Amino acid sequence: MIDSIVHLFDKYHLVAAFAVIGLAMYVAYWISNNLTRGKLHGSAIAIILGLILAYVGGISTGGSKGLSDVTLFSGLGLMGGGMLRDLAIIATAYGVNLKEIRQTGFRGVIALFVGVLISFIAGAGVAIAFGYTDPVDITTIGAGAVTYIVGPVTGATLGASSEVVALSIAAGLVKSILTMVATPMTARLIGLDNPRSAMIFGGLIGTTSGVAAGLAATDARLVPYGAMTATFYTGLGILLAPTVLFLAVRAVM
Amino acid sequence: MVIYGVALLAGCMMAGLVIGDMLGEILNIDSNLGGVGIAMLLLIFITGVLKERGKMADSTSSGINFWNAMYIPIVVAMAASQNVAAAFSGGMVALVAGVLAVVLGLALVPILTGKRPETALDDAADDGYTPTKTSVTTGAAVLDRSRHATPATNTTPTHRQ
Repeated sequence: MIDSIVHLFDKYHLVAAFAVIGLAMYVAYWISNNLTRGKLHGSAIAIILGLILAYVGGISTGGSKGLSDVTLFSGLGLMGGGMLRDLAIIATAYGVNLKEIRQTGFRGVIALFVGVLISFIAGAGVAIAFGYTDPVDITTIGAGAVTYIVGPVTGATLGASSEVVALSIAAGLVKSILTMVATPMTARLIGLDNPRSAMIFGGLIGTTSGVAAGLAATDARLVPYGAMTATFYTGLGILLAPTVLFLAVRAVM
Repeated sequence: MVIYGVALLAGCMMAGLVIGDMLGEILNIDSNLGGVGIAMLLLIFITGVLKERGKMADSTSSGINFWNAMYIPIVVAMAASQNVAAAFSGGMVALVAGVLAVVLGLALVPILTGKRPETALDDAADDGYTPTKTSVTTGAAVLDRSRHATPATNTTPTHRQ
């Protein structure tokens, strides 16, 4: 009986993964709404749940692919693998309006580039300070400090190890969660009360779930302005990190 | 048809990846250089043109929007299949890198905003500013309460006839 269920989950692994992730998302959004009163975004909790499950899976199997090493959840590897992940990330660019980019103006574009650069330098600098010397590792951790999407995409492109990719996701997660918490606290201090500063904030911080949740906690009217620039941030990061920034790191190291 | 949207998305992805691969070969790096980013730009431009000409049917959009909506679940699946157990041995790197990125980003907001524009949203007066908070990690509860208090005072006069 148990054997046949495990066999079915293994045979239909991708479909099983959809069901498992759907359940995890439901739990995450329930926690977000009921335990944090929506302050911590459901997507961030879901990702934390995923990382916790990966930790448990990694400890229990001793493998290197987190929960997907458990036979019952082998489909997670395909669902979260490079092919579907890149397809979904590209799809997020849909709906971005080129006219809106122009309205963001010069400062918004500057903020985007400065934001990606400063986050990358912060992450890469910390990686060097902690003793990493391989340009691929330094670039991946730096890209993780950009967002938790840019990190793994960069890592996959450059062929970084799974440990470093997980580190880069963790760095991006720390950034996303801290943005949600710190934005309402520092909003007055940094003048975050008008569309222009919200756009610049979105461009500088960039992690979309963090920016959207942080602005919602500050003033819901600011959300579209910040989210608009933030949606370009990940794309810009994916464009810059594995290319120009990697070449720069390789030249320096 | 929904498949048109999925095919458009897939076509942009493959075209972007091919360009990324070629860039990698040109620059003599054995990897795909920014293929995903290029695919995103392709998708923005192509769907923009199609929309302007009114050739973007709702069903086509839904083929792209489905994958757009799937990206957080896919990222969750990706997180669940990472080697977190190994990453925890060097977890401080992630923590310090993430914190530093946020602190630097927040600090740069007022510098890049420059002179405060007149378009500021007119809610609570700015003179209620309290300079007690000094760091990102303290003073959360105080500010949160004041934030929740403002909309409450704004909504009180509605129940009056």
